[in-house]
Amino acid sequence: MNDLTKKKKVSAIPYLLILPTLFFVILFTVYPLIASFKGSFFIHRLNIPKYREPVFCGLENYSKLFQSEEFRLILLNTVKYVVVLVPVTVVASLFFALWLSKERFRKFRVAIFHPAVLPLVSAATIWMFFFTPDYGLFNSLLGLFGYKGPENWTGNPKMSLWALVIISFWKDAGFYMIYYLAGVQNLPKDVYEALRIEGAGPIVSFFKFTLPLLKRTTLFVTTVAVIGAFRTVDHVIVLTQGGPSNSSSLLLYYLWQVRFEHLNVGLSSAITIILVLLLLIFTITNFLVSEKGGDNV
Amino acid sequence: MSNTMNIGISKRKVFSIITMLIAIVIALAWTIPLFWSIVASLRPVGEPFARGHVWFGSGFSFYNYKHAFSLAPFGRYFINTILLVITVLAVQLVTSSLSGFAFAFYKFPGKTILFMIVMLQMMIPTVALLVPNFQTIRSLGLYDTILAMAMPFWGSAFGTFLFRQTFMGIPRDYGDAARVDGCNWFMIFKNVYLPMSRSTVIAFSISSISWHWNSLLWPLIITQSDTARPLTVGLARFTQLGEVGAQWGLMSAATLIVAMPLIILFLIFQKRFLEGYMNSGLK
Repeated sequence: MNDLTKKKKVSAIPYLLILPTLFFVILFTVYPLIASFKGSFFIHRLNIPKYREPVFCGLENYSKLFQSEEFRLILLNTVKYVVVLVPVTVVASLFFALWLSKERFRKFRVAIFHPAVLPLVSAATIWMFFFTPDYGLFNSLLGLFGYKGPENWTGNPKMSLWALVIISFWKDAGFYMIYYLAGVQNLPKDVYEALRIEGAGPIVSFFKFTLPLLKRTTLFVTTVAVIGAFRTVDHVIVLTQGGPSNSSSLLLYYLWQVRFEHLNVGLSSAITIILVLLLLIFTITNFLVSEKGGDNV
Repeated sequence: MSNTMNIGISKRKVFSIITMLIAIVIALAWTIPLFWSIVASLRPVGEPFARGHVWFGSGFSFYNYKHAFSLAPFGRYFINTILLVITVLAVQLVTSSLSGFAFAFYKFPGKTILFMIVMLQMMIPTVALLVPNFQTIRSLGLYDTILAMAMPFWGSAFGTFLFRQTFMGIPRDYGDAARVDGCNWFMIFKNVYLPMSRSTVIAFSISSISWHWNSLLWPLIITQSDTARPLTVGLARFTQLGEVGAQWGLMSAATLIVAMPLIILFLIFQKRFLEGYMNSGLK
C-alpha cells in the first residue's frame, strides 16, 4: 500500500496552487463561453413576456443577424477597424522603437509612450474637441497640409470609424513600441557591425535582419493589438455612440446595446459567439502567417 | 583632402540636426492633446472656445475643476477606483504567483491542458463575455459593488504566464536542494522563488493597475450608483450631462481629474513603467 502511493506520488499541491486561478478562469471565461453558445440557440428577450423564459429556436438568432443589414454593416466596420488599425499601429510602433532605441532620441520615449497610461475615455474626450468642425485642432493641423475636405469627423458616416482609428492609433502606437524596444535591445550588435563593414545599407539590413529577428516580437505585438482592437469600445461610447447610423459601431458595442438597450439576451449571446469566432480567426491567421513567414528566413 | 572631410562632417551635422528637428516635431505633435487639455482646463469661466481662441484664455483659473467637482462626486469615484485596483491586484498577485509557481516547478498529469484552459483567458477578453458574466454577478448578489468589478479578473492568465516565465528562469537546483533539505512548497516558494521575482511583481502590478484604472465597459455595465462607480464611468457619464455640453474647459478638467493620478505616477516612475512593460512582453 505504502509502496503504491510512493510510486504514483501524484501530489495534490500543484493542483491546489492552480485552483484559485483556475476557479476564476472557469467561472468568468470557460463557463460564459459555454453559456453564450447555449444561449445563442434560444429566443430570450427580457422585454417581451412570452420570451422572458428562454425558448429554443435553433439557428434563428444567427440567421436573423446575418440577414440584418445593420449587423452586416457592424461586422464590416469591425473587420475594417481591425484590418486598418492593427497593421498601421504595429508598423508605426516598430519605427518608433527603432528610432527611440538610439541613445540621442531616448528622451522622447516618454512623449510617445504617455498616451498608453491615459484612460481611453479621457483620450476620447480630448479628441472630441480635436475633431470639432470649424475650430478643432485636428482639422487645423490637416489644414496646414492643404486639407479642405469635410470636417465633422464624428458626425460624418464616412469618417466616424476613422476618427476611432485615429484615437486608438495615437494611444496604442507608443504602447506597442515598448515591446519592440525590448526586442530591439536583444538584437545581436555584432551582426550589424558586420553588415556595416560589408557596406549593407540601412534598408537592406532592416529587411534582411532586423525584421526577421523581431519576428517573435511582431507575432506577440500583433496578437495583443488584434485582441485589443476587439476589446476596446470606450471611444465609441464617449465619442460616437456607434453613429451616425451605425457607421462607427463595433461588434462589442453592438453586443452591449443589444443586451442592455434592446434587452435581447438570446441575440446578444449569438453576437458573443460571432465576436469570439472572428477574434479567433484573426489571431490564428496571424499566427499561421507568421509561422509560414519563418520558412523563408 | 581636408576640404572634403569638412564637407563630410558638416553634411553629417546637418543631417543630425534635421533628424533631431523631425523628432522634436513628432514628439510635440504626440503630446499636443495632453498639453492642450491642461491649458484648456485652466481657462477662466465664460470664455468660449472658437476659431483662433483654442489655446490660452485671458488668464488661468481653477474654476473648471471646482465646477467639475460640484457637478459629479469625483472624490467618491476616485476612492472607488483606488479600491477597485487594489482589490484586483492584491488577489491577482496571490493567485498568479501561486499558479505560475505550480506550472513552472511541478510536473503533474494534466499540466498542459490546465495551462491551456488558463491561457484561454488571454485569447478571449473577459469583457466580450459580458452577457453571461453580468448574469453570474447578479446571481451572486454583487451587482453595483466594487467586488463585482474586480472579481472576474481575480484569475489572471497574463499574471500566471508572467510568473511562470520568471520562475522557469530560476535554476531548478535551487528548489530541489531546498526540497532535499526538508523545505515544504511554501518555504521554497517564499524563500527561493518569490525573492527572485521582484521585477515581475512590479511589472505585473504596473500593468494591472493601469489596466483597471482605465477600464470602462465592464464597470459601466456592472454599476449603477455613485457608491461603486469608478472614475472612468464617472467621466463617461459626465461628458453626457446636459449642462456640460461642449464646454471644453470643463470637460478637460474632468478628463484630467481621471487621468492625472496615473500620468503623474508615470512621470515620477518613468523608468519603472517603461522597464516594467518591457519585462512584460514575450522574451
